[in-house]
Amino acid sequence: MTTHQRIEFGAGLRASLPVLLGIFPFGVVTGVAMAAGGIPPLEAILMSVIVFAGASQLAATQLLGAAAPLGVIFVTVFFINLRFVMYSASMRTHLAGLPLRWRLGLGYLLADNAYALCITRYTQHPEATDKHWYCLGVSLPVWLTWQAATILGVIAGASVPRDWQLEFAAPLAFIALSVPLLRDRAMVAAALAAGTTVVLAHPLPLRIGLVLAAVAGISAGLLAERRTP
Amino acid sequence: MSLLSIWVAMLGMGLITLLLRSSFLLLPDHLHLPPLLRRALRYVPAAVLTAIYAPELLVKSGAIDASLLNARLLAGVVAIVVAWRLRRTFFTIVAGMLALHGFGAAIASLQI
Repeated sequence: MTTHQRIEFGAGLRASLPVLLGIFPFGVVTGVAMAAGGIPPLEAILMSVIVFAGASQLAATQLLGAAAPLGVIFVTVFFINLRFVMYSASMRTHLAGLPLRWRLGLGYLLADNAYALCITRYTQHPEATDKHWYCLGVSLPVWLTWQAATILGVIAGASVPRDWQLEFAAPLAFIALSVPLLRDRAMVAAALAAGTTVVLAHPLPLRIGLVLAAVAGISAGLLAERRTP
Repeated sequence: MSLLSIWVAMLGMGLITLLLRSSFLLLPDHLHLPPLLRRALRYVPAAVLTAIYAPELLVKSGAIDASLLNARLLAGVVAIVVAWRLRRTFFTIVAGMLALHGFGAAIASLQI
């Protein structure tokens, strides 16, 4: 690590601190929901390490609990994480020319909050060098906090009585994630269309409703956007 | 749920998530997202996240329940309002859990 790389890495570490306060409770809730949803402690902790994506872990817990086929779980996770394609497309110019291990490593670590911090800094200082070290500095504390929080949640969740209904923390976490996204009319239209579609489609097999809801939500968003002057 | 299905789910999910996150970091530089696709992708998180929690609030043992006797729906509405006003994960979850138990107790006392 050169001096400049160390400076970039340190700047990333400092920038991550306020974000950790939001990640910690979400991680605890994810751990609690995985344990309450019947995933054994070891597998729940490994899932956090291997997948490292809270919304996917929560959705998979619900689907595994409902004995959904694996294909349904994979399609759901694909749709939940489709946003990362958008993230990686906008990060690419700033991370050009890196060796494969860096691109895969930063790809694995690319969480929502870390992405938001990195892209803000890159947009403000497009001329900077060693940008990947800033991203690593942001992402490592986020990763460590997430793992610590889910482990704590798994341990706590396994010892909580069933009638506390802690599994309801999963839909609540999705509300906490999605409602702040509804900043304009088109986003509200997308959410309403998707929510209505999935509820009306609930008798359909294999949770096809989720795919229909994604299509309905995207279409509604694009239509509402076109009408907004 | 079987241990095997948990493991297969976990490994598959990990692979899918890694490929999506690294997608454009691995693709050649001349490949770009078409503008329409880029716009469409903006709506994916709001649509999909809402579609995941909506049935948890509105569908009860296989039927739509939009009545005032559905504690999950009422608690969900409380959580949505808190998330909208405060934008904090922690408060949203605490308010939603308290509301679930509050409404649950109130509805149970009505039905006796």
